[in-house]
Amino acid sequence: MKPLAFEYKRVDKVSQALQWLHEAGENARILAGGQSLVILLNMRLAQPAYLLDISRCEELNFLRQEKDMVCVGASTTQAQLQFWPDLVQAAPMLAEAIPFISHYQIRNRGTVVGSIAHADPSAELPLCLATLDGRVVLRSRKGSRELDSVQFQQGMLTTAKKSDEMVTEVRFPVAKAGHGYAFDEFALRRGDFAIVACAVDAGPEMIRLGIGGVADKPVVVQWARNDSASYKEQLNDLAWQLNAQDDQHASAAYRRHLVRELGHKTIETALSRCANNKD
Amino acid sequence: MSEQHTRHPIQVKVNGVARSGHAESRMLLSDFIRHELGATGTHVGCEHGVCGACTVLIDGVATRSCLCLARQVDGCDLRTVEGLGNQDGTLGVLQQAFKKHHALQCGFCTAGILMSCVDFLRRFTSPTEAQVRDMLSGHLCRCTGYTPIVEAILEVAHQLKTEKAETSHA
Repeated sequence: MKPLAFEYKRVDKVSQALQWLHEAGENARILAGGQSLVILLNMRLAQPAYLLDISRCEELNFLRQEKDMVCVGASTTQAQLQFWPDLVQAAPMLAEAIPFISHYQIRNRGTVVGSIAHADPSAELPLCLATLDGRVVLRSRKGSRELDSVQFQQGMLTTAKKSDEMVTEVRFPVAKAGHGYAFDEFALRRGDFAIVACAVDAGPEMIRLGIGGVADKPVVVQWARNDSASYKEQLNDLAWQLNAQDDQHASAAYRRHLVRELGHKTIETALSRCANNKD
Repeated sequence: MSEQHTRHPIQVKVNGVARSGHAESRMLLSDFIRHELGATGTHVGCEHGVCGACTVLIDGVATRSCLCLARQVDGCDLRTVEGLGNQDGTLGVLQQAFKKHHALQCGFCTAGILMSCVDFLRRFTSPTEAQVRDMLSGHLCRCTGYTPIVEAILEVAHQLKTEKAETSHA
């Protein structure tokens, strides 16, 4: 349970990290909060030659609202976002989702961008990013590009990030007037990975429903506003389409059951908030 | 010898005292605290962030020391369980409450829980039982069933609040 040897470099400037990434390519990993990566290092599931530590890079420690986006830098922790005074107003879905992320002590050091770059299919933040249709900003020495969640998260722990790139920022759209947001999940114990997680953005004409923990990445569907009974049918179809698998935590049938029940409950919650948020 | 195996000098403050040691890049903070600094009050349970026994404060923030590298905290302010007692060697407020409520039996998890409490009670001055239990979900205790731990923490929160109110009125 100790990491293999690697070379450690502390990053003070983004340009420095980009140069190192350019030189080391896939032998290098970015270390931010380390709440997923150091576990993989300790278990030797990850064996990078270089670790580029951005956890104390001031340039990447920011959290601000720019027009209609909440912008979060790559060294900003989940706790910083959770205790941001504007969070409930700007991004109510995130405010509801963050307490589900692991534990208090992990959120203290784990970063928002790190969770999204790690791309665990049952993680909360990638699900929120996908449901809200947020953006991921990638930079390399050659320049920068911005991807949406579908382009970025390609599968289980797999993203579109190239070996000379790093994620410097993610952007979550600010809550829209007249929309209702909700997040809920079911896990075996508090802080465990979700068996099924649901995120809903209910607008005046459409609802967007994101499901995590079932497929190999978050799956988002968009349905026209309808009467409640028809969502049940659509949820049943969706539950079967997600191709749930049996594992030691839950059977495929139980996962489908959770998609139907938790999905319906989360949609109802979002719709009720929609009605309260007309202004 | 390659850079990977070089032992780098690390300087930290531990419970207010300047300390230094050496660490290879791959050395975990938990091992640095125990083996380099000799402060064995911090316990190591699972080494993958699940049990919470190794929790310490880094610049005032409760963190798993097994999920952090020693080199990451060079220049930081660390607090460990050794800093919780009073100057005269008697137990600090949190420790006294844990003793009074039988909030520990074997004590393996206790150092980590106490350090989480220091951070938590600074941010939540009037915590609810639900908030305390949520914070405690980051720690595994196989002896107590948690109830006495919750009671001890709620009592300390109440005590600190009363003391603060009295000082501000004086």
